[in-house]
Amino acid sequence: MTHKAGAGRLDTEALSRVEGEGGMHVRIVDGKVDDVKLRIFEPPRFYEGFLRGRAHTEPPDITARICGICPVAYQMSACAAIEDACGVEVGESIEELRRLLYCGEWIESHTLHVHLLHAPDFFGVDSAIELAALDRGAVERGLELKKIGNEVLEVIGGRAIHPVNVRIGGFYRAPARSTLQAFRPRLDRALELAVAATDWVAGLDFPDLDTEHELVCLVDGEHYPVLGRRLISDRGLDIDIAEFGDHIAETHVAHSTAKHAHLLDRGNYLVGPLARFSLARDRLGPVATAAADRAGLGAECRSPFQSIVVRAVEVVHACEEALRVIDGYQPPEPAAQPVPPRAGTGHGATEAPRGMLYHRYSIDGDGIISDADIIPPTSQNQPTIEHDLFHFVEANLDMPDDALRRAAEVTIRNHDPCISCATHFLDLTVDRGPEGES
Amino acid sequence: MSREPRRPSVAIWKFASCDGCQLTLLDCEDELLRVAELIDIAYFLEGSSATSDGPFDLSIVEGSISTAEDIERIQTVREKSAAVVTIGACATAGGIQALRNFGDVEELMRIVYATPDFLSVLDTVTPITDHIDVDFELRGCPIDKRQLLEVIGSYLAGRRPQIATDSVCIECKMAGQPCVLVAEGTPCLGPVTHGGCGALCPRFGRGCYGCFGPMDSARPEVLAPLLTTMGMPEDEQYRVFHTFNAWSEPFRDQPRPVPVTLSERSTS
Repeated sequence: MTHKAGAGRLDTEALSRVEGEGGMHVRIVDGKVDDVKLRIFEPPRFYEGFLRGRAHTEPPDITARICGICPVAYQMSACAAIEDACGVEVGESIEELRRLLYCGEWIESHTLHVHLLHAPDFFGVDSAIELAALDRGAVERGLELKKIGNEVLEVIGGRAIHPVNVRIGGFYRAPARSTLQAFRPRLDRALELAVAATDWVAGLDFPDLDTEHELVCLVDGEHYPVLGRRLISDRGLDIDIAEFGDHIAETHVAHSTAKHAHLLDRGNYLVGPLARFSLARDRLGPVATAAADRAGLGAECRSPFQSIVVRAVEVVHACEEALRVIDGYQPPEPAAQPVPPRAGTGHGATEAPRGMLYHRYSIDGDGIISDADIIPPTSQNQPTIEHDLFHFVEANLDMPDDALRRAAEVTIRNHDPCISCATHFLDLTVDRGPEGES
Repeated sequence: MSREPRRPSVAIWKFASCDGCQLTLLDCEDELLRVAELIDIAYFLEGSSATSDGPFDLSIVEGSISTAEDIERIQTVREKSAAVVTIGACATAGGIQALRNFGDVEELMRIVYATPDFLSVLDTVTPITDHIDVDFELRGCPIDKRQLLEVIGSYLAGRRPQIATDSVCIECKMAGQPCVLVAEGTPCLGPVTHGGCGALCPRFGRGCYGCFGPMDSARPEVLAPLLTTMGMPEDEQYRVFHTFNAWSEPFRDQPRPVPVTLSERSTS
């Protein structure tokens, strides 16, 4: 049945093809959407609590365990924040090796989402395994590309999930130039696969939906944003990352163990691929730029459905960027700069595949952490995802329940939410009013 | 063509965790499509919207038990499954979130959340085996991909998994990796830590930090004086044993130097 004129509810108990546990609840009263909640019931793990009393050397390994999909993002933001607290600036060669490691994670995480989690929606199937029955070549290409992303993580970090080679100040051991040169042909292959994957997703059908929210990302010098200390938006936000807390507030709501973030006096905002692409398209590598042009992407992209294309373009860029770093690579000497503890507070942020990830630590003179704050991209995007869901359901109330539920799940999956991150996320229920009340 | 025999059904379940261990299944890029032909992946929310109510031939469980609902759900998983295998440090040892077992959960809730009343959690975080019979436990934070494939393959073949129970130390020797502890004086948990990683950290010039948990009959109290000699202070030793496998014996029992918590530091 449909609920254009009526009232009811539409619920998804447990969202699939997202990382972590959450659902969706939509309540419809008098033919209008009354309430939308992205319910997050992933149990809280209290990372910020048990980081208190730990040493300043530990957050890269500990916070990596917040998310098995983007551990490098946690390691990189933790390093940036602690080095800031201790007044240490690492050199360009360490930053370049960090970018290379991060390229592996962008390739792996984005390719996972594009091929295994998001693409099945556009073909009306439940999984990549069913998609393989329709287009085995596309799924095999995705798996091969994803594997090369993981290989980057293994070469630099030791393993794909929770790499062991990252420490504050740099790395335990810098790879030899010859090791990276020997790996170069794999990245040439990845670049080829990534371009083909972009052309493939560019041909999908995209429903009309543009997000009107403020788009926020880091500035990383002349690079497409990965690292960086300046945070900007398309509406004039331009702050140092140390000012993050003066501009962005976190609130705790009853239906979510992930806290919501919003810009003070400005409201919801969006981080992630759409924000980075729209604010830094001119910093993409030449092959990624050409792939974006061929895919028909304009100067900016505000369509959450087309985020699959933007992710594919970012994978092309990550392959180009990895090749660039390898070609100019000189092993950092030493592999890690010393980071002696100093009492104070440090702020750091980097661009996780899903968007900007902020860390703040206060440490004492012995390096013991007295306070920690971690704001993952999904926490920042959650109010925006709920807003998009509200408007999508309202515009499509004449759809039958099952179709609407599926489409609404897709509007959530568009943002590649990571519930493990955000709870340290999701349940779709659509409630169409009195007859649906239990 | 004759009808193919029924494929064994496999379910993947998540409790409190980072998703990394179940991601390991999707990281089997070379094997995934072939495995999916051999088995029916009947319940895997991270990978598919199609879900089955069971029963299942094999359930793979990630994560630890941290809420009252978890306790009920894990019982249901056991009832529906012919075999249950747990994967990763959260499921086998409680994971890093079990650090709250050593402190006050209400204080942690107040530190992290403005309105702790919205939350409903248990005081302690426990491994799966505290609640149900488990057929096999695979170690690691995260688990190793090759070991996961061995475990799935063995259950499908109807045999026990062939997973070595040696220490990381033995893996170093087998890899011809010079001992970081002896040769470089780097504090290392390799002698007491369950292998499976392939001696990863020593290969990067780093001491083992125990992410696969204690090996069988590990004696950390024998290693501790050596770590002290290497220059690792007692509070640091306490922290390294009390991280990803803090709730598993005997790491759990490592002596706690005082002061270690922040409030103790400020009053001492």
